[in-house]
Amino acid sequence: MSDSRSTGIPLKVRNLRKSYDGRVVLQSMDLDIAAGEIFVLMGPSGSGKSVFLRHLIGLEAPDAGEILVGGERVGPDIDQTRHRLAMVFQSGGLLNSLTVEENVGLYLREHRLKAPEEISRIVLEKLALVRLGPSDAAKYPSELSGGMRKRVAIARALVIEPQLILYDEPTSELDPLVSLTIGREILNLNRRIGATSVVVTHHVDLAMGIADRIAFLSEGSIVALGTPEQIRSSPVPLVHQFLNAEFKEA
Amino acid sequence: MFRNIGEMVLLFVATVKALPWACRERRKIAEQLFDIGNASLFMACVLSLFIGGVLSLQSGPVLVENGIGSALGNLVAIAMCKELAPVMMSILVAGRVGSAMAAELGSMSVYQEIDALRTLAINPIRFLVLPRVIAISIAVPCLVVFSNLVGWLGGAFVAAHNDRIAVPAETFFTSLREGVDPGDVVNGLIKSFFFALCVGVICCHQGLTTQGGPRGIGRSVTKAVVNSLVLILILDYILTRLLLPFDNGFFA
Repeated sequence: MSDSRSTGIPLKVRNLRKSYDGRVVLQSMDLDIAAGEIFVLMGPSGSGKSVFLRHLIGLEAPDAGEILVGGERVGPDIDQTRHRLAMVFQSGGLLNSLTVEENVGLYLREHRLKAPEEISRIVLEKLALVRLGPSDAAKYPSELSGGMRKRVAIARALVIEPQLILYDEPTSELDPLVSLTIGREILNLNRRIGATSVVVTHHVDLAMGIADRIAFLSEGSIVALGTPEQIRSSPVPLVHQFLNAEFKEA
Repeated sequence: MFRNIGEMVLLFVATVKALPWACRERRKIAEQLFDIGNASLFMACVLSLFIGGVLSLQSGPVLVENGIGSALGNLVAIAMCKELAPVMMSILVAGRVGSAMAAELGSMSVYQEIDALRTLAINPIRFLVLPRVIAISIAVPCLVVFSNLVGWLGGAFVAAHNDRIAVPAETFFTSLREGVDPGDVVNGLIKSFFFALCVGVICCHQGLTTQGGPRGIGRSVTKAVVNSLVLILILDYILTRLLLPFDNGFFA
């Protein structure tokens, strides 16, 4: 894998529609994401953010519409395209029966892309990028904290040297300090490897801190789209409520 | 139900298509074999010993009363190798190993581990299903051979030590040697291989299609075991019927 792989690719979504048992989850979504951009998707729970992300990497098939990743259509031959994409799951998606080292090196080992010694070296290098040391490599996911698991998942995604990284709620279940660290990692990685990043989050500060642009989803449609400043001053009442939500005693 | 059957057939076909990868997955197959043996061997031993003993206990007195006590070894051996060992071992493996497979794959589905494999362009069927199905298809026939031996010993022990039977072990084993030919054992092994394939595919399918958190995992495990048991018994009749023409020494 050459370094040329580690530059972002653009993403185009055209007229994407999806429904489950008659319930519309995504309705006619159109979106263009530029190469190298950090694009954040926000919105209330159940607005279709994670479903949208799963479509981008081919884990779900749309009812209609198309997704073009770097000009290639995401379709049945997705396995070819997948070598350019990576996803960090909400739960981390680490294989509990494998150690951290085995999890991070899984892609290289299963596709026989490198010699075992080389894989070990790359794994340690990627772990170092997310500030995990060699002592963590021998641990099992169950021995790690939530934040560490997320960072291992990011390291595993980086091994692919992706041109597009999808993050599904990267800071869910994490305390604000760890969330901040994860946010910094996303930003640093984007600067370092230049991959296009699509981040789904509820975390307003994270979104405002890292995004080049933000899309606000409601009931499967984009109701606001723009830079963090444009989203902050959005006239859409739901966006305003979401960004300024705070607890008040009734 | 028909959708489930269709999905299972597709999973079986996909597993067969993944067979060329079996050599690469040999480490996982060996691990699965070890797990299956570890989980089932002791139970198989206890179960077989008592099944053989009960067979002797039930049929021995009747045979002795009719003056054909010397045929007891033959009867126990045939019942064990052609019917009881294949069915009981498959049921045991479905309960102890199949349920664990469904739970493990179910948990992997629920906690997005299988999605993660897909995003790494790793085929979950090759990575997860193939080693399990191959291992279970090897392990169950091996367990059946073991079960036959232990069951025969159990039958012989009861035949020799029960006062109402009192058939010496020597007589028991002479009758066994005269009455059982290798074809009878092969008959049971063929059946057990197909039972094992069914258990493997059903349990992996239930695991892979698990939805809805811990409750979903529980549901999948129950369905995996119940469906396996039902299919083992249905398949038992079908295979027995199909193998009947070969009973007269075809395998011998």
